[in-house]
Amino acid sequence: MAMEKQNDLNNNYTDNNGSADSVLEQNFRVISPGRMVAKRFFKSKLSIAGLIMIILVFLFSFVGPLIVDATWGYKETQVFKIERNSDMVSKAEFYGPDGKLYTYYDKSQTLVVFKAPPSKDHWLGTDTSGFDIFTRLMYGGRISLVISFIVIFLETFIGIVLGGLSGYFGKWVDQLIMRIVDIFACLPGLPVLLVLSATINSIEGIPAEHRIYYLMAFLTLMGWTGVARIVRGQILMLREQEYMMAAETTGISALHRIFRHLVPNAMPQLIVNATLGLGGVILYESTLSYLGLGVPFPRAAWGSMIALADPSKGQEILANYPNMWVPAGILIVVTVLGFSFIGDGLRDAFDPRMKR
Amino acid sequence: MWKYFLRRIALSLLILLGVSALIYLLSMLMPADYIDNQTYAALQSGAMTKEDVQRLKELYGLADKSFKGIVKSYLSWLKSTMSGDLGFSFLYGKPVTKVLSEYIWISFLIAFISYILQIIIGIPMGIKASVNQYSAYDYIVSVFAMMGTALPSFFLSALLMNVFAIKLGILPLQGLTTATKLFPPDAHFQILLDKAWHLVLPISVLTLLGVGGTMKFTRTNMLEVLNSDYIRTARAKGLSEHEVTYKHAFRNTMIPLVTSLSGMLPGLFGGAMITETVFAIPGIGYMALRATQQGDIPFIMGYNMFLSILTVLGMLISDIMYMVVDPRVKLS
Repeated sequence: MAMEKQNDLNNNYTDNNGSADSVLEQNFRVISPGRMVAKRFFKSKLSIAGLIMIILVFLFSFVGPLIVDATWGYKETQVFKIERNSDMVSKAEFYGPDGKLYTYYDKSQTLVVFKAPPSKDHWLGTDTSGFDIFTRLMYGGRISLVISFIVIFLETFIGIVLGGLSGYFGKWVDQLIMRIVDIFACLPGLPVLLVLSATINSIEGIPAEHRIYYLMAFLTLMGWTGVARIVRGQILMLREQEYMMAAETTGISALHRIFRHLVPNAMPQLIVNATLGLGGVILYESTLSYLGLGVPFPRAAWGSMIALADPSKGQEILANYPNMWVPAGILIVVTVLGFSFIGDGLRDAFDPRMKR
Repeated sequence: MWKYFLRRIALSLLILLGVSALIYLLSMLMPADYIDNQTYAALQSGAMTKEDVQRLKELYGLADKSFKGIVKSYLSWLKSTMSGDLGFSFLYGKPVTKVLSEYIWISFLIAFISYILQIIIGIPMGIKASVNQYSAYDYIVSVFAMMGTALPSFFLSALLMNVFAIKLGILPLQGLTTATKLFPPDAHFQILLDKAWHLVLPISVLTLLGVGGTMKFTRTNMLEVLNSDYIRTARAKGLSEHEVTYKHAFRNTMIPLVTSLSGMLPGLFGGAMITETVFAIPGIGYMALRATQQGDIPFIMGYNMFLSILTVLGMLISDIMYMVVDPRVKLS
């Protein structure tokens, strides 16, 4: 403490001295690299827009359900039976015996309890099972965001470990790991995910709630190769530099050298890659949900909400109930777009030379 | 150079071998295969016994699900694949190679047209955006491009169907032909026109989804070239801006463009699973999705291997093109 104080005093003293050096120091502020990145990041309008979009989606899907639960006391699988009369009008034309064209109307009323239109109580109405759509959107967002973050975290972790080992040790370790990477990178993504999800769906021993964990594992399995390649490339470049020689001469262990001295230098690229990857995982997850292979039914997912509009199951919802599927699609687009805006902004901020 | 390619090809074969083993293992792990699905009702009603089903499975080499059994059946699959026989699709009742060669073309047609459209629309847009960097045009085009990559294909398809097929009623909703219309067998032109009419929406979906990527790629590479010294030289010697952009800058942007676009070519045969399914277009992607849902293992294997081969081919082609387009590159 005392030393610091002394330093401070010294600084003040030289400042007051008014030498050429200190005048310069007064005019220039030293900014840490992190602050510089933040400054460049917030300069871009698109990255701010992306950040706002993501924050809103987060609030919507994590705080929203709490508010709904606290105020009205229901969750995603609460069934609402709202009765209303639906008019069915069928029309037929025929020629009467007098040769004139007659039109025959048949109007009947049926009592519908589901598929309520938007109202004050249910802002987006209810769906084919009587669930409140607005609430389900929130829970669907939870699923998508949680899955994407966990998957990207796991991908990055596996990628760093394998890519780091591969890049640092070279030789046969590199050969082995990179061939495995090649094989996984060559697997056709969606078809293999379909096979895997179908497998999980039909194993009876696995409870439906656990399917989501398997889903995450599969998505990770299909995506870690990109990170491994990035880390390996960076390390191949960095390990020839002088500071690594210095690290080696101090005698620290190889693992320490890789994960404390090499990997942190690859971090900016990894962060950008992870941010851009989040959107990709959400798209994959919603595609699987759309095909009915994602999160199992009573739970909500954006993809399965859009699947209600699948014209193969009848055009009724596609044509007449846009409130059931359009909001889910918009949320997917907003989330994926938000992540890519942030990712692009981060890339430009980390590396000004790569400025778009 | 030839040595390089021979090594690359050998490596590709090795990768394909690994991929095939992995996919085979995965698809054998599918607990309910096609035979289970088909015999389920017969089993329930007592028309077939468990032994019958087991015998059927043995007949098709699907009975032994132990590790040793899978290895054995994989080896026999590999052997017949080497001789060009991908087995027999349960679901479609035809050899897998025949199903592939039959349904590939409609998928390729859709993908190829949208590929051409992507190039025609995406590249000029990318060039214009890069020349007017930070202008309103640049921002709008960039945001649209990103939106294309952020849209799930099934959502975009549903939106377009809702607007053009249902609300406006000017385009057909699904399928490849109008089911309610009967054409005389010699009205080839009308049938062709009818089919083309049905392909408008799927092609638009694929184009809208892909054009953003092409545009952004062009823009990024154009910007890189526009910042180089020889562009300043070209400007300094008094060339018109048009000539600088298209003759000096764009021609150098062509290097990464041609490399990546030619690498995409083989993938055009792979089919668009989701889009084809939503629009019920009988292409290879649609057939594959159905086969996967039904557990038709020979077809799943054949299709996935086909896709992997396309991926490997794409990488090879883009490597070759890289060298062809850029004479400075010497591969070793």
